[in-house]
Amino acid sequence: MTDATAGTDQTTTGSPATTDAKGGMIAADGTPLKKSLSRALRRQKMRALLLIAPLLLFVLVTFIAPIADMLFRSVENQIVRETLPRTVAALSDYDAGGDELPGDAVFEAAYYDVFFAAERKLHTRLGSRLNYEQTGASSLFRKSGRGIDDIGEVYQDQFEDLDERWDEARPWAELMGDPEWIAAQDAWSEDDGAMPPFELRDGIRDVLPRTAMAYETFARFMQTEEEDSPLEEEPWTVVHTALYQDISENGVAGYSGPGADRLQAVEALIASPDFETIRFQDGFEEIDEDWVDPEIWKTIKTYSPPYTSGYFLNAVDAQKTADGPALRDEDERIYGLLFKRTLFMSMVITISCILLAYPIAYLLSNLPMRTANLLMILVLLPFWTSLLVRTSAWKVMLQQQGVINDVLVWLGLVGDADRLVMINNQFGTIVAMTHILLPFMILPMYSVMSTIPPSYVRAAKSLGATNWTTFWRVYFPQSVPGIGAGSILVFILAIGYYITPEIVGGTTGTFISNRIAYHISSSLNWGLAAALGAILLAAVLILYWAYDRIVGIDNVKLGG
Amino acid sequence: MKLTKTLMATSALTVAAAGAFAAGHGMSDSMTLVSWGGAYQNSQQKAYVEPYLAMNDGVSATWDESSAEAVAKLRAMNEAGNITWDLVDVVAADAIRLCDEGLAMEIDHDEVLAAAPDGTDASDDFGDLIVSDCFIPQIVYSTTFGYRTDMVPEGVDAPSEICDVFDLETYPGKRALEKRPINNMEWALLCDGVAKEDVYDVLETEEGQDQALAKLGTIKDEVIWWSAGADTPQLLADGEIFMGSTYNGRLFSVIEEQDQPVAMMWDAQVFDLDGWIIPEGLSEDRLARTLDFVKFATDTQRLADQSKYISYGPARASSAPLVGTHADLGIEMAPHMPTDPNNAANTFLYNYEFWADYRDDIDAKFQAWLAQ
Repeated sequence: MTDATAGTDQTTTGSPATTDAKGGMIAADGTPLKKSLSRALRRQKMRALLLIAPLLLFVLVTFIAPIADMLFRSVENQIVRETLPRTVAALSDYDAGGDELPGDAVFEAAYYDVFFAAERKLHTRLGSRLNYEQTGASSLFRKSGRGIDDIGEVYQDQFEDLDERWDEARPWAELMGDPEWIAAQDAWSEDDGAMPPFELRDGIRDVLPRTAMAYETFARFMQTEEEDSPLEEEPWTVVHTALYQDISENGVAGYSGPGADRLQAVEALIASPDFETIRFQDGFEEIDEDWVDPEIWKTIKTYSPPYTSGYFLNAVDAQKTADGPALRDEDERIYGLLFKRTLFMSMVITISCILLAYPIAYLLSNLPMRTANLLMILVLLPFWTSLLVRTSAWKVMLQQQGVINDVLVWLGLVGDADRLVMINNQFGTIVAMTHILLPFMILPMYSVMSTIPPSYVRAAKSLGATNWTTFWRVYFPQSVPGIGAGSILVFILAIGYYITPEIVGGTTGTFISNRIAYHISSSLNWGLAAALGAILLAAVLILYWAYDRIVGIDNVKLGG
Repeated sequence: MKLTKTLMATSALTVAAAGAFAAGHGMSDSMTLVSWGGAYQNSQQKAYVEPYLAMNDGVSATWDESSAEAVAKLRAMNEAGNITWDLVDVVAADAIRLCDEGLAMEIDHDEVLAAAPDGTDASDDFGDLIVSDCFIPQIVYSTTFGYRTDMVPEGVDAPSEICDVFDLETYPGKRALEKRPINNMEWALLCDGVAKEDVYDVLETEEGQDQALAKLGTIKDEVIWWSAGADTPQLLADGEIFMGSTYNGRLFSVIEEQDQPVAMMWDAQVFDLDGWIIPEGLSEDRLARTLDFVKFATDTQRLADQSKYISYGPARASSAPLVGTHADLGIEMAPHMPTDPNNAANTFLYNYEFWADYRDDIDAKFQAWLAQ
């Protein structure tokens, strides 16, 4: 920007400017001054942008994009809709606030959805997802994947007893498949690459809509996922269920295409009083009684939209219910406490760092070069040591049978029976983290203090100021930018720390990041971890903004 | 030219079929194995990785000590579409989770794993320990208590029952418990008068969970909560605690290898399993190598060999009679196995299905209770 201003000066002074009819300034080449000025500025901006483009791209791709992707998970909830599309649609007019079970249509839709999901092995994934919201969903879906076949087997067995061809691959394919596709599939051999994609026979969809849908899903799945020919695989039991439903609802009297005789035989069988049927709801109840508890349907309904506020609500100790957000039970609230604790302890750590670092930085900047360098190495040495080693060292120091307690007992200051508890609590975390983060405070303070000219202090003293006044009115204000820089560094680092609190924090000294780590690596609830992370990020940005408003970010100096 | 190629191909096939084709046919020549590091990984290295590499020239194995974060890392790899691991050692609960998430490959145990020497199918030899279609069990370990023998109060018998952990009057001193609800909740209920067979029925209910937490609350002030398996051994060795729970192999090394005044209290030990899973989405040649290795590494003799180096019980029934002496110390390993009848008078088996359902819920409660 400085260059741009210089450029403007040149244009105005170098070439005498005139005014145009409207009173605006005109440049030497006749264009309005404003225009030519902004053109020059734009060119400069473009050049600057080009120069930083590689770095900008790098940061975007490797830093901003992954973070954005991760944060996006805090609202993403496609899995329910993708795994159970029919159920979600059927549940659209279900009242999640009431205490009633959904109707038969929902159970029917759920049967098809769960069956297809189980074949694609997606049902357990959905189970884990819903288990975050409702305990028990995980095993409910796992069991259902195993038991969902039982419903269709009722029909499959009876059809098979009637006519064995109902359990064979080829007759099914000839009933449902397009003759041209069958010919192509017959001619196909493994060297040809991909199989010819399955095509339904013309008109079959009108006669047997559900069966057509189920068989098509089966055939496509066989071709793409299993790489088996549908001509050689007997269809899933879901196809038999679909056939029963289609025929019992619409009949096949009007149908006269291939296989009409077999279908009519089935119609006669279904009409007979001995024919055994099973309600979808009863089938689900047999798999697990939880299916006839409205809770699971409410949960599915509540979490059916593609985006959810559920994770964020969880992250603030609330939960989504049918009646809107509600706070969790008292004994399950934890994140609010942890957020508060994280902020509070980070502030305590920052303040202890300021108190400890200020005298050291002052000493360093006022000592002769040689001694200062030696001391600097002492500051940097722990900085270069592994974090784990430093944390473990504090364990050895602080524990009840540790160095500090041993010395105190030896000196007789503490009795052997009541040694001090200095670790596995907040105190331990504060001590260890203050030590670990201290260099981040000393270094910016030192670099700012070493640029404060000693002549100011001498001048103040020669004008009669006391030592305190000299320090407080002359020296200290000039060192504030160092404190600011150090504080921001330490505070932001502290708020996201988790290794040290995990090792020395016990139960009262852990941070929110410990829970984030737990959800990332143990519970796999990445959505909740992302929501917690987003809140933490927002908190840091707000604090940064507040700091800028109060102290001013221009007052921060990392050096010179 | 064509003839030579055909000849070469045929002979190669014959050799491969004869099993003498050292580099293997269509198998990649390197594997990345994931394990826990430390003594456990060392036992795997000695018992089956080194013998396997000696048998297969030109094959190399790389270790990645990431088992503790395996679930999260596998999910990340899967999403990135770049699986760099070939075989991953995880605890059974994680194997179930990985299987549910579709991140681990389902296998046919009888087809993939070697039969026992007497011809018993692998699935019968492993029996109930195959807790998931993706899981290949290796060892049975247990979470149990160790205590410092020199801190037992005078005139009192050494602690021998799980409820001694909750008895601060007779056995004053600090305890170490794992910083998670699993196992602790069961122990608490057991010592609060709940019958062993009812523990999970009680724990399903809100009142049961509160009851367990209330019982844990009676010793909360005296508990140091650990999150790494090495914590309790260190705390015991330093005399920081009187008793603490950890994995039985860790206690074995404190007692036998480091000679500390520590003893085992096997009562109400909780069995858990550790084993391999094969990540979903391996290329054909890598999968072939992995299957070849895993068949060898989980056969009867290899699992028995592993117990020479660490005190975890082999997962195969047929391996138990072959358990011998410790490779360095020369002591009989059988009495140190969690499955030894003398140690297994009162045991739990980790309830995988219960915890898969209740873990998120009870963990939230437990952590909230801890933080208060």
